[in-house]
Amino acid sequence: MSAAQVTPTAPGAPPGASASLSAWARRLAAVVVTLLVVIGAWHLLTAVTGIVSPARFATPAEVGLALRQIAIDGYGNARLHEHVLRSVLLVTMGFTVAASVGVVLGLAMGASRSVEAFVNPIFLVLRPIPPLAWIPLAIVWLGLGDAAKMMVIFVSAFVPSVINSYTGVRQIDKPIFEAAAMLDVTGWRYWREVLVPGALPSIFTGLRLSLQASWTTLVAAELVGAVAGLGSILNQASQDIYPAMILVGMISVALCGWGMTQMLGWIEQRVMPWRLRS
Amino acid sequence: MIAAPLPAARFWRLSIAGAVSFLAVWSIAALSGITSREFLPAPWDVVDRFGQLLVQPFAGFVLHEHLLSSLKRFAMGFCLAVAIGIPLGLLMAWFRWVDRIVSPAFEAVRFVAPIAWVPFAALWFGTGIGGPVLIIFMGAFPPVLINTYRGAQQVDRKYIEAAQMLGASAFRSMTQVLLPAAVPSIVAGLRISAGLGWQSLVGAELIVASSGVGYLMVKGQAAVSTATVMSGMLAIGLVGLLIDVLLRRAQMAIERRRGI
Repeated sequence: MSAAQVTPTAPGAPPGASASLSAWARRLAAVVVTLLVVIGAWHLLTAVTGIVSPARFATPAEVGLALRQIAIDGYGNARLHEHVLRSVLLVTMGFTVAASVGVVLGLAMGASRSVEAFVNPIFLVLRPIPPLAWIPLAIVWLGLGDAAKMMVIFVSAFVPSVINSYTGVRQIDKPIFEAAAMLDVTGWRYWREVLVPGALPSIFTGLRLSLQASWTTLVAAELVGAVAGLGSILNQASQDIYPAMILVGMISVALCGWGMTQMLGWIEQRVMPWRLRS
Repeated sequence: MIAAPLPAARFWRLSIAGAVSFLAVWSIAALSGITSREFLPAPWDVVDRFGQLLVQPFAGFVLHEHLLSSLKRFAMGFCLAVAIGIPLGLLMAWFRWVDRIVSPAFEAVRFVAPIAWVPFAALWFGTGIGGPVLIIFMGAFPPVLINTYRGAQQVDRKYIEAAQMLGASAFRSMTQVLLPAAVPSIVAGLRISAGLGWQSLVGAELIVASSGVGYLMVKGQAAVSTATVMSGMLAIGLVGLLIDVLLRRAQMAIERRRGI
């Protein structure tokens, strides 16, 4: 958020640049102070006074130790970066496949009433089923390996991409279609220059939802059973009743989810440079 | 140009063709003998199994008892989210300092997927009622809070000034000015949060529960009975749809009364 607001003013505007730099420094200071206060309060509650029982929640020092343990020695079959890499890779692959298929299908449904009428009944059945409910089916069919994870990621990312691409096309202003018809824009150019750019804002809304859903679903699927991955840290730590490691797992899940959302936002700005940053 | 809506006859022909081809592909795949019927049941096997689950107990209970226990958990988690989310959202909109304290914490916690609370839910509250309720709460809480806060912030300043001039206390301003104005936004938030809550519940029941539809599906999975798992998915989808339809009705009724 802060970076997106600061960078546009940076080049070629010395006074603005220095002002934004100091604003940036102030923001950073505020974040650091907040973090210190939170960790201080947390330390007081758990380690010093013991108001929160150590069996139920970890102290900051314990979390530090758990982090060290998982980063260096490994925990739950792998070290932290291996867990992270595995989960992020799976989500990226599943999400990319699902989004490509979903966006194309959604655009086709938006562009053609016949395709819409044909596909709609299938969607009516599949749409209300929450992505997490596919996990048992994926396990029955594909076991506990990566194939099952890919399946649940695909299913959870697919539906939002389709729906939002579809609404994106339907929300394009009528005059744009009329102009395209008047200029006789058809076939490939019609898709590339009318449908896709017009639907792009809504497509990205869908991709954001898809990414969130696939991340949540993957963590859940890994919690149910996996060899490695962030969810399996949580699963293992839960079985070992190891609150510090549970916290490490939760923080990693949150940071990775946040990082991937930021990535998508970055791509969005590259793909839609005409869109004003609000 | 997007074509005009299809003539009704053509629309129905295509819709039926779509539904039939979906079922046909599924049935052919099931009957072709590539895999066993246990692994990929035909559509009618799933319907059969669904009917069977309604009368024969599976995983301890019949299907509607599982549904009932799921709904009970859902209602508790959802009500808790509403009971905390709405007052907190109003307080945040009225008192700046509450906003300053709650917002950063909320933003940080929101990035943790609800399902990632499962280990702590189990550790703190066990697997009976408390654990799943915490997870539903984590799923359902953010939309209620955000929509209450945003709705309350969009109140016309004139009303707030009028209330203050007439000497309304902070409590009365919040309950009689902010709350009524925020109702449409709150109801829209409730719909989102019910959807997310229901979904989190399913996830929670897959991992920490000993009854409920999610648990039924886990047991079906363990017994490699695809038909049972699919019946569970069907039940979850139907109930989720029902909850959404009810809330949409409420939303439309409120919007009509407000003349939106």
